[in-house]
Amino acid sequence: MEQQLKQLEQEALAKLEAASTLKELNDVRVAYLGKKGPITDLLKGMGKLSAEERPKMGALVNTVRENLTEVLATKTTALEEAAIEEQLAKESIDVTLPGARVAIGNRHPLTRVIEEIEDLFVSMGYEIAEGPEVEKDYYNFEALNLPKGHPARDMQDSFYISEEILLRTHTSPVQARTMEQKKGEPIRIICPGKVFRRDTDDATHSHQFMQIEGLVIGEGISMSDLKGTLDALAKKMFGAEREIRLRPSFFPFTEPSVEVDVSCHKCGGAGCNVCKQTGWIEILGAGMVHPNVLEMAGYDSKKLSGFAFGIGAERIAMLKYGVDDIRHFYTNDVRFLSQFHRSEG
Amino acid sequence: MLVSLKWLSQYVDIEGIAPTDLAEKITRAGIEVDAVIDRSQAIEKVVVGHVVSKEKHPEADKLNVCQVDVGEEELQQIVCGAPNVDEGQKVIVARPGARLPGGIKIKKAKLRGVESNGMICSLQELGVEGRLVPKAYADGIYVLPADSTPGEDALAILGLRDTVLELGLTPNRSDAMSMLGVAYEVAAILSQEVKLPQITYTVSADKAADVLKLRVEDTEANPLYAAKVVRNIKVAESPLWLQHYLMAAGVRPHNNVVDITNYVLMEYGQPLHAFDYDKLATGEIVTRPAKEGETITTLDDQERTLAPHHLVITNGEVAEAVAGVMGGAKSEVSDATTTVVIESAYFNPASVRRTSKEIGLRSDSSARFEKGVDPNRVLPAAERAAQLLAELAGGEVLTGTVLVDELDKTPAQVVVSPDFINTHLGMKIPLEDMLDILNRLKFDVEAANGLLIVDAPTRRGDIKIPEDIVEEVARLYGYDEIPTTLPASDVVGGLTPYQAKRRVVRNVMEGAGLFQAVTYSLTSAENAQKYALKAEETTKLLMPMSEERSTLRQSLIPHLVEAASYNVARSNDSVALYEIGSVFLGQTAEGLPFEEEHVAIVLTGKWTDNAWQGEKKPVDFFVAKGIVKALFAKLGLTERVSYAKTTMDGLHPGRTAHVLLDGEVVGVIAQLHPTEQKQADLKETYVAELNLLAILAAQTEELVYTAVPRFPAVARDIALELDRTVPAGEIVAIIKGAGTKLLKDIKVFDVYEGEKMAPGKKSVAFSLTYFDAERTLTDEEVVAAHNKVLKALAEAGAEVR
Repeated sequence: MEQQLKQLEQEALAKLEAASTLKELNDVRVAYLGKKGPITDLLKGMGKLSAEERPKMGALVNTVRENLTEVLATKTTALEEAAIEEQLAKESIDVTLPGARVAIGNRHPLTRVIEEIEDLFVSMGYEIAEGPEVEKDYYNFEALNLPKGHPARDMQDSFYISEEILLRTHTSPVQARTMEQKKGEPIRIICPGKVFRRDTDDATHSHQFMQIEGLVIGEGISMSDLKGTLDALAKKMFGAEREIRLRPSFFPFTEPSVEVDVSCHKCGGAGCNVCKQTGWIEILGAGMVHPNVLEMAGYDSKKLSGFAFGIGAERIAMLKYGVDDIRHFYTNDVRFLSQFHRSEG
Repeated sequence: MLVSLKWLSQYVDIEGIAPTDLAEKITRAGIEVDAVIDRSQAIEKVVVGHVVSKEKHPEADKLNVCQVDVGEEELQQIVCGAPNVDEGQKVIVARPGARLPGGIKIKKAKLRGVESNGMICSLQELGVEGRLVPKAYADGIYVLPADSTPGEDALAILGLRDTVLELGLTPNRSDAMSMLGVAYEVAAILSQEVKLPQITYTVSADKAADVLKLRVEDTEANPLYAAKVVRNIKVAESPLWLQHYLMAAGVRPHNNVVDITNYVLMEYGQPLHAFDYDKLATGEIVTRPAKEGETITTLDDQERTLAPHHLVITNGEVAEAVAGVMGGAKSEVSDATTTVVIESAYFNPASVRRTSKEIGLRSDSSARFEKGVDPNRVLPAAERAAQLLAELAGGEVLTGTVLVDELDKTPAQVVVSPDFINTHLGMKIPLEDMLDILNRLKFDVEAANGLLIVDAPTRRGDIKIPEDIVEEVARLYGYDEIPTTLPASDVVGGLTPYQAKRRVVRNVMEGAGLFQAVTYSLTSAENAQKYALKAEETTKLLMPMSEERSTLRQSLIPHLVEAASYNVARSNDSVALYEIGSVFLGQTAEGLPFEEEHVAIVLTGKWTDNAWQGEKKPVDFFVAKGIVKALFAKLGLTERVSYAKTTMDGLHPGRTAHVLLDGEVVGVIAQLHPTEQKQADLKETYVAELNLLAILAAQTEELVYTAVPRFPAVARDIALELDRTVPAGEIVAIIKGAGTKLLKDIKVFDVYEGEKMAPGKKSVAFSLTYFDAERTLTDEEVVAAHNKVLKALAEAGAEVR
């Protein structure tokens, strides 16, 4: 019987050794260790043995069984690992192939500039005021100290709808409307929007463009407040190292009026082709609100004062992004538009 | 305004200041210097030559061979092609080695076999604009005065060793439209004094008033009219210095009389006019409103038709000049003129402005009158002209000025406190500095009781209110001295809900992969109402620059389609754009069009394109609809939105849907009509436009969380056989209306039309989800609920497959 057992063990080990698939292994297990297998049969036949031989034989059978089970387990693990290896090898990919396209759209560069400026001013306590693109002559000119026949009206050639109605030439009428609504109360607004002038479209002119104007009215608002505010704007848009300078100028709605230059962001002020060797770039017009404008809107110019400024979004975007032709903003070529998706800084 | 520094130095000492430094100082003080122009253009080796002899070129009819004395021992042989070159002339000679404007380099050369050692030049060849060259020399070489010395620097004699500052004047600084005005400005900047011209001349015993009568009919339009009479004039060329100053100022020299009026115009900023006394013929001047339809031929030989609100200068009978704008041809000074009437007047600025605009004629005169000339310079300018006519044209000035004068010449008084100035600027400028600045400007200032009482000179008509004094002080004190502060703030800023939601719209569109476009509000009349959700009365420009930009748009789609077309034409085949902008509808009570903000999209080409994986999906209706759906989801309006098939001009009749919010049409989603696609050279193109104003105005409830379901959901699928024309949306509505609260979600998961279906039929499969937030549903409950749905469908005649 012992002899028989040894033989069975040898047979089973040989078959386990030969098995190359998990199925073959399983077949061997069922054949030798299963309930109907020869080892079980041997155990069943133990009743015929003597009382001394029985435990000895039982221990022997168990040893053989354990041995076979262990070999089986080892072999199974090895085959499983091999199968996984094979699957992984099969699943290997070229990771340098392009990823699936996830759509990335983005804002128009002008909106990008405008929102950046909006966010700066909102953080300084401003609200955003908007108004109609088609305006009354009154709000566009008269309320801004530009009565009919005023020579300065020539500075802004306009598209008229009728004698009294036109496409606004700046977003200042929003200021005039806001002042009228606020009835003498302090104001702190910026006014972004589309404006229109009678210009032939070319590389530097556009009959439609975007402006952002600002207006602050309150007690003791001074020119130094204007200068500080515009300094913050210049630093936000063109970098913390920028400086501004004011030059006297003329706008009918402000007195004093200034043009504002920012130190060149390309050369840092040393002089280059962007700043035409001057180190400075003109970026906006501003001034202290003209007392006539305050009085017309019902403000007491003896008690309250204010400042206003106006920025061209195209000009800022052209300088900031180095765009050389204003028409790019309106032809909407996706090769142009898609360049403005990434964040800066 | 072109300012010759040579001329300017007659009135103010600018010795030793580099032109660029002076330009910078002037700019920083308030008048922008647009350009600093070196009139010599760095030309050297151009000298005076004396044409000693002239012979015909043996080989060329039009060429002459000249022997020219250039101040050296040997004569130089120069071949010259100018028709007016002649023996005995003093001419401009460019010597070999000279470089002329336009990159011309003068070399010894042979012209048709004859040696030529240089070039005899025209003024144009020295860079003088053709329109400024006196007519006599316009088509040939320029001839220098006979007393010029051969070999001398010709540019110096021509006054071209000079620098001109080009001033970009703002409308308030018309005082700087004169050399004296600029002199006052420069003197204030440099703390210098202004040297005014000394006017002295001898007068005839005869009185002007005896030979000239004057009547002014409208003293409001013409409050001051002064006339001087000068006789025995010899009309001739002006002296060179005068011609050179005029050319430097951009004025073409004509003859001494005209040149003198122009010289005084530039010097004083006071336009003058010279009439030929004999051609006036009546010995009378009457200024009056023109008659309706009255005509005059002006100096530029144009006939002008006038109206009663135009002022004319007449000889008592016919118009001789359009007041303040231009003289008439009839009484123009000619070579034969001997007696002139010099007019110096003040015309109402608004009146001149209107006249000049209406008759379409702007002149150096009208440009000054319409901004208001200095009332106190009208009479001195007349005297200055008389003096120069006596000195330079041999004229005999009759005694006295023929005059009507009702003009107020008192200076404007402005009272301002130093405190006001400093508060306004946010500075602490000492009183003595303020006084110094105002004195430098030659403002008459008195400090009393803590106030500054300022009499601004009448040449500075722009100084009227305290803020004007603030600016004068600040600009000369220096804007760099102003500190930087921020306004004290006790308010919170922010976006309105509308503005915040508009940014959400941008984010949704861009998240879906669309780029934001910006297009023009103006379009053609033809496109204005195309694709409009509601076409209303359009808004048109009175005077459009082109038909293409004549009318305000009522839909954003046409320009977006144009943009798509532009891109596709440049091989950008896949285009996905959105735009947010206003459309202009009808008219409000205010008389303005109603401006409604819309958002629109255009899609063409491929939507997904993962080429190497073979995955390419063109855009279709449902891509457009999906974007719209995402937008409504983000705005919390999904449940309130529905879609209904419709038709609109220009859109595919089978692929157009209205978008409804709370049952109201707020938008459209569609494929462009194939004809439109073809016209725009586009393949299948989808568009959508939504009334953003309406959508963003829709109020939504506060966001409160609902419990995440803790119990399992049960799904049941139904496939229905339907007529092809039955919209899935209707079936969804029937299912929703079946009356079971347990049904929480309905999805369409398959639509099939094809061989396996009867003709005209389709199969639509729905997946229904049942659950209860409070407990696990039993089979019986699900069956009961589902049966309700099946029953409702059966009642509606929908056949379950």
